[in-house]
Amino acid sequence: MQKAYKKYFCIFVLPTLIAFTLFFVIPFVMGIGLSFCKFTTVTNARWVGLENYMKAFSNKDFMNALWFTVKFTIVSVISINVIAFIFAYALTRGIKGTNLFRTTFFMPNLIGGIVLGYIWQLMINGVLARFGVTITTDAKFGFWGLIILMNWQLIGYMMIIYIAGIQNIPTELVEAAKIDGASKLQALFKVTIPMVMSSVTICLFLTLTNSFKLFDQNLALTAGAPSKKTAMLALDIYTTFYNRNGWEGVGQAKAVIFFVIVGILALTQLYFTRNKEVES
Amino acid sequence: MAGKKKIQEDVQTMEVSKGTGTVMTVIFAVLALVFIFPIILVFINSFKSKLYISDQPFALPNSDTFVGLSNYIDGVAKTGLIKAAGYSIFITVFSVLLVVLLTAMTAWWLTRVKSKISTVLYYLFVFAMIVPFQMVMFTLSKVTDMLNLGNPVGIIFVYVGFGAGLSVFMFAGFVKAIPISLEEAAMIDGCTPIQTFFRIVLPVLKPTAITVAILNAMWIWNDYLLPLLVLGSDYQTIPIAVQYLRGGYGSVDMGAMMGMLVLAILPIIVFYLLCQKYIIKGVAAGAVKG
Repeated sequence: MQKAYKKYFCIFVLPTLIAFTLFFVIPFVMGIGLSFCKFTTVTNARWVGLENYMKAFSNKDFMNALWFTVKFTIVSVISINVIAFIFAYALTRGIKGTNLFRTTFFMPNLIGGIVLGYIWQLMINGVLARFGVTITTDAKFGFWGLIILMNWQLIGYMMIIYIAGIQNIPTELVEAAKIDGASKLQALFKVTIPMVMSSVTICLFLTLTNSFKLFDQNLALTAGAPSKKTAMLALDIYTTFYNRNGWEGVGQAKAVIFFVIVGILALTQLYFTRNKEVES
Repeated sequence: MAGKKKIQEDVQTMEVSKGTGTVMTVIFAVLALVFIFPIILVFINSFKSKLYISDQPFALPNSDTFVGLSNYIDGVAKTGLIKAAGYSIFITVFSVLLVVLLTAMTAWWLTRVKSKISTVLYYLFVFAMIVPFQMVMFTLSKVTDMLNLGNPVGIIFVYVGFGAGLSVFMFAGFVKAIPISLEEAAMIDGCTPIQTFFRIVLPVLKPTAITVAILNAMWIWNDYLLPLLVLGSDYQTIPIAVQYLRGGYGSVDMGAMMGMLVLAILPIIVFYLLCQKYIIKGVAAGAVKG
């Protein structure tokens, strides 16, 4: 049968492969190459070796963005997952209104980052107006604003995944734990959480990568203000490319560094949590 | 996991007592209100004069501040939102259809044909999933410029290429769970591989296709940077039109902004309420495999 299928490569694979090559593989390879060049368009590239990378690492804005992104990612990954799990746990206990609550909590996830950013700009500036400041007065406001926004957006999404995980646990397991005299808390930590580790893997992966790569929300909520202090990596790369003449190569080098960090983070996280998953 | 990804609805593992249940319902009702409050706030402010929005967003409109629909009319005129909605719908619908069809075909072939090429290609698609857009944004926009694809039709192919990674990965996960005997029987009955795929495999993949379609639609509908760089300023989608209102430094027309936010959110909420079962199930099913 393989033989019969094999001849149909051109029909089944080629269309996707052409689009994938043109719009992913080629831009990716060119991107790596250009990170070692000075250029303003792809045709006038001139090899400069590691100069762009040196400039990137000694660029204050970039290092600041990196640090801001790391802090933001840590806080948002932890808060989103803890709250989402609590919500999921509570909303699988059969309380009244469960379905309505699930529907409501998930909704913000469907709204795009740009729109979310402006919704929260209104909310946060409204509160801060009472103290005579705005979200761009201090980088602290921007940081916590982004954290709140991100929680609001992703809690419902992660909650849905945790609920699916909890509902997949065989009822007998929890019953058996109860008969053996386990308290609710013990059942939670010894049965429920180990059994939903595959959901934890996915949720950590999604929140980690989404937080680290955040762009739209950052652009709409603060656009990096005040003075680029709240710019995350993706936004810093964008402004290096499009708002600073002659720095395209540095922008591309920053993008490569960004990609390497995302890759390492994702793989490390998958490796560690996959190990903790229970085979069922 | 693969065999029993069926999500049991409302199977309670450990129910709480009635009293605790009521308390929890009340707590979650309050939380739910907190969750939708920002959206309600935008809605309320969309009827207020732009002068009263930034300073007193929490005040209800009164006879001085109420401006009727003028924010909506201003906003639509300033952003060309009607046209933007047209582009957004066109691009999302056709990109999603093409992505789902093409990547299902690709994933099936890559899973069924065991060879070096299929393994290499599969891992290449998986690899593409973790590459951030910033890595390719500049070069991608140059490629689309060179190929003259900076229009609503061209961008569909860009989405097929850039979205292929996740979609192929998800389809491949589910194709592995389909018993091959079905396809063997079809072959014996004289089906060509194309007939086998469309008559046997695709119907079985329908739930996965819905999941992949939902995830791609959520991404493409809300996408900002890719259409901005590929389409330029000639064709604005909804997120681009909203961001466009910001204009130069600090010169945001808050009234128009509120109106546009409502118009941007409304179709999503209506769509969500109509197909929430599919969306929530799709997201959960997608995650089980991820």
